[in-house]
Amino acid sequence: MNRKKINGNNLLLLITIALFVLMYAAGCIVYGSKGFANLQSFLNILINNAGLICVTCGMTCVMLTGGIDISVGSLIAMDCMFLAVGMETWKMGSQVLMFLVLVIGVVFGLVQGFCIAYLDIQPFIVTMAGMFFARGMTAMICTQQVSIVSDKFFTGLSSMKFSLPFGGYVNKKGILQMPYVRITVIVAIIVVVLIFLMLKYTRFGRSLYAVGGNQQSAALMGLNVKKTKLKAYVLSSFLTSIGGICFCLNTMAGTTTQATGLEMDAISSAVIGGTLLTGGVGNVVGSLFGVLINGTISTLVKTNGKLISSWSNIVTAILLCFFIVLQSVFAKVKEKK
Amino acid sequence: MEDNVVLKMQGICMTFPGVKALEDVDFTLKKGEIRALMGENGAGKSTLIKCLTGVNKFEAGEIYLDGCDAPVINKSTMDAQNKGISTVYQEVNLCPNLSVAENLFIGREPLTRMGTVNRREMNQRAVQLMKQLDLEIDVTQNLEDYSLALQQMIAIARAVDMESKVLILDEPTSSLDDKEVAKLFGMMRRLRDKGVGIIFVTHFLEQVYAVCDGITVLRNGTLVGEYQIEELPRVKLVAAMMGKDFDDLAAIKQEGSGDKQKEELVIEAKGLSHAGTIKPFNLDIHKGEVIGLTGLLGSGRSELARAIYGADRAQTGTLKVKGNEVKIKNPIDAMKLGMGMLPDDRKAEGIIGDLSVRENIILAIQAKQGILKKIPMAKQCEIADKFIELLQIKCASRETLIRQLSGGNQQKVILARWLATNPDFLILDEPTRGIDIGTKTEIQKLVLKLANEGTSLIFISSEIEEMLRTCNRMAVLRDGTKVGEIEGHEMNQMNVMKVIAGGEQNE
Repeated sequence: MNRKKINGNNLLLLITIALFVLMYAAGCIVYGSKGFANLQSFLNILINNAGLICVTCGMTCVMLTGGIDISVGSLIAMDCMFLAVGMETWKMGSQVLMFLVLVIGVVFGLVQGFCIAYLDIQPFIVTMAGMFFARGMTAMICTQQVSIVSDKFFTGLSSMKFSLPFGGYVNKKGILQMPYVRITVIVAIIVVVLIFLMLKYTRFGRSLYAVGGNQQSAALMGLNVKKTKLKAYVLSSFLTSIGGICFCLNTMAGTTTQATGLEMDAISSAVIGGTLLTGGVGNVVGSLFGVLINGTISTLVKTNGKLISSWSNIVTAILLCFFIVLQSVFAKVKEKK
Repeated sequence: MEDNVVLKMQGICMTFPGVKALEDVDFTLKKGEIRALMGENGAGKSTLIKCLTGVNKFEAGEIYLDGCDAPVINKSTMDAQNKGISTVYQEVNLCPNLSVAENLFIGREPLTRMGTVNRREMNQRAVQLMKQLDLEIDVTQNLEDYSLALQQMIAIARAVDMESKVLILDEPTSSLDDKEVAKLFGMMRRLRDKGVGIIFVTHFLEQVYAVCDGITVLRNGTLVGEYQIEELPRVKLVAAMMGKDFDDLAAIKQEGSGDKQKEELVIEAKGLSHAGTIKPFNLDIHKGEVIGLTGLLGSGRSELARAIYGADRAQTGTLKVKGNEVKIKNPIDAMKLGMGMLPDDRKAEGIIGDLSVRENIILAIQAKQGILKKIPMAKQCEIADKFIELLQIKCASRETLIRQLSGGNQQKVILARWLATNPDFLILDEPTRGIDIGTKTEIQKLVLKLANEGTSLIFISSEIEEMLRTCNRMAVLRDGTKVGEIEGHEMNQMNVMKVIAGGEQNE
């Protein structure tokens, strides 16, 4: 009784995880000599994508309600520029700036969520407006690239290394190196765990699924659909702002073209992770693996060295098609039952 | 408020844009009473319920609920639920992607001390609740893994568990089989004995008499009457729903239109059906015959016609046209076989508002010929003028946009569209609805004229007199099943109503 049967949705998640393991194992065998098999190269995928993981968690919550948020990439650019200019030009403390970034995220999400939930405007349109607005604001703050060098606290955070107590290896110079992660990875993992628990064990989390499953039913069962949607978009923008800080800690700079197209990476990661665009199905564990798969593809392409980077786009495209076809096959099978 | 009354609605009025949906409707429900809310489709049953549950806002009237001193106005379904009014809708309104237990408890899940959802307790309580209904299912499975009937039972279980004072069941039985219906009735009786007032909306007359204590009948948004079950036998109930006074149902003799049964068969349908709308039926139609399809609105009249015409593709059975077996996959196939259909919803399915009268008339011939063989303009004008003249369509010119015409004239244009194809077999679904009496008579005359010229017709109308005047034979439908045929001298209003009502005759 207690063991849940494997249904189509669980199966999708299993396929995603299996695919990741398979892809990574294949990479280890083929590119093992180039250091791909090191634990550190796996951790690097996490380090490079920590921001994206946070964003994808938020995106997953929004997609669960059947919506979408394409403003996230621009919002990250705005966050980074705000942080960079704040520290370098306005000489503000990084703690205050980070707090402000989170506040901006919440306000941004409130406005978008209000338009979507209470004014009944298409999420795509609203968040597209948000996308243009944030990208424009980035340039309004500063049109040049600004590097962060002066703030001690921020540079300290950025260069902080957390070594793992295991998995060390001897490098070419004969020195034992322990694998490490950055603080951004720790933040991303906390986000994944918290959102996972939230989706599974809180009323709000379950409401997200209910709204995505059948909005009308959810309303008739007495759930506050509008409030749920509003909260989902606030959460998305908030997590995007956390992701933006992680992103900034990685790049240590703000530019107007930063994180261009990141929203699409987030959406594709969520979809590959088993989240349905129509809403109601998906979870953040899948989304995490979606990000990891995307990261593995680009790492593989980079490790190969001869392939141009566009190959990672093509592989992502093929994977997306594969998963969407798979989802629709499962949906068809279900209908027949 | 009087004793024993749990719910009283008084003078409820509600308008949808352009339509008076409810006019001064009263409704009273006692404690421990199961009251049927009856009426044809569009009578206002659902609207009344939605006013009660806070989905629709009503303009005038008051709702009194036991335990509340002032009149109650429910702002939302949630609001109504909190006041003790819970509803089970016809379509299963649950979330297929959540587990059974979650569907039972969502929005009011048991929480742990940390404020998170206590899944274990929720599942245990769900199992208990299911046991009360004699259902032993895995409550942790997703709802979509279960049959529609089970889902409906789960929806009912949810409503029952809300400890409500008033339970509304809006056509809950349409997806249940007999055994499940019996279970549901058992539960309804238990709840009644506990003092819950139940509003039961259904179109199955048998079920009303099996379980209800009282009946409230609506028609066209107005209250016909509130009755006890003993004072309203079936035939009277049908009469009340259709708006015919039972006592003055004088039989209107039909003009002798000759025996068409000897003519060749145009349509022979055997066992045609379409899942969910019409159960297998047989129907023979002879040359020059007018067959009426009658029954309450929603009984499957239009659906039967749609199955023949291929608008809803028939899933079982065979269809012979003039002796040859044919497969009709879509309306184009039907048109090529010489059929035509005037749909009942002419706004949605018939007219194309932004095209001219001429273009609307030409549409069907053009479709029949195939889009490539364009009919020459001169020919188009000739055809259009001919029918404007013949049917006396009132329009400024043949190039007038059809949406500028009155409803009756639009109807004539669509009729002209099909007549232009010279059909051997024509289906007219409510051709006279919403048009003035003069045009009505014209259309009736036209139907008879067409029949005399050898066209076979299916004629669907809510007005029995009209059908008695025009039809040679009538097929009666109830709940998606063809239950009988009436012909010749048996065709009178009383007989028709008796067949529509069905079951044993109480008088």
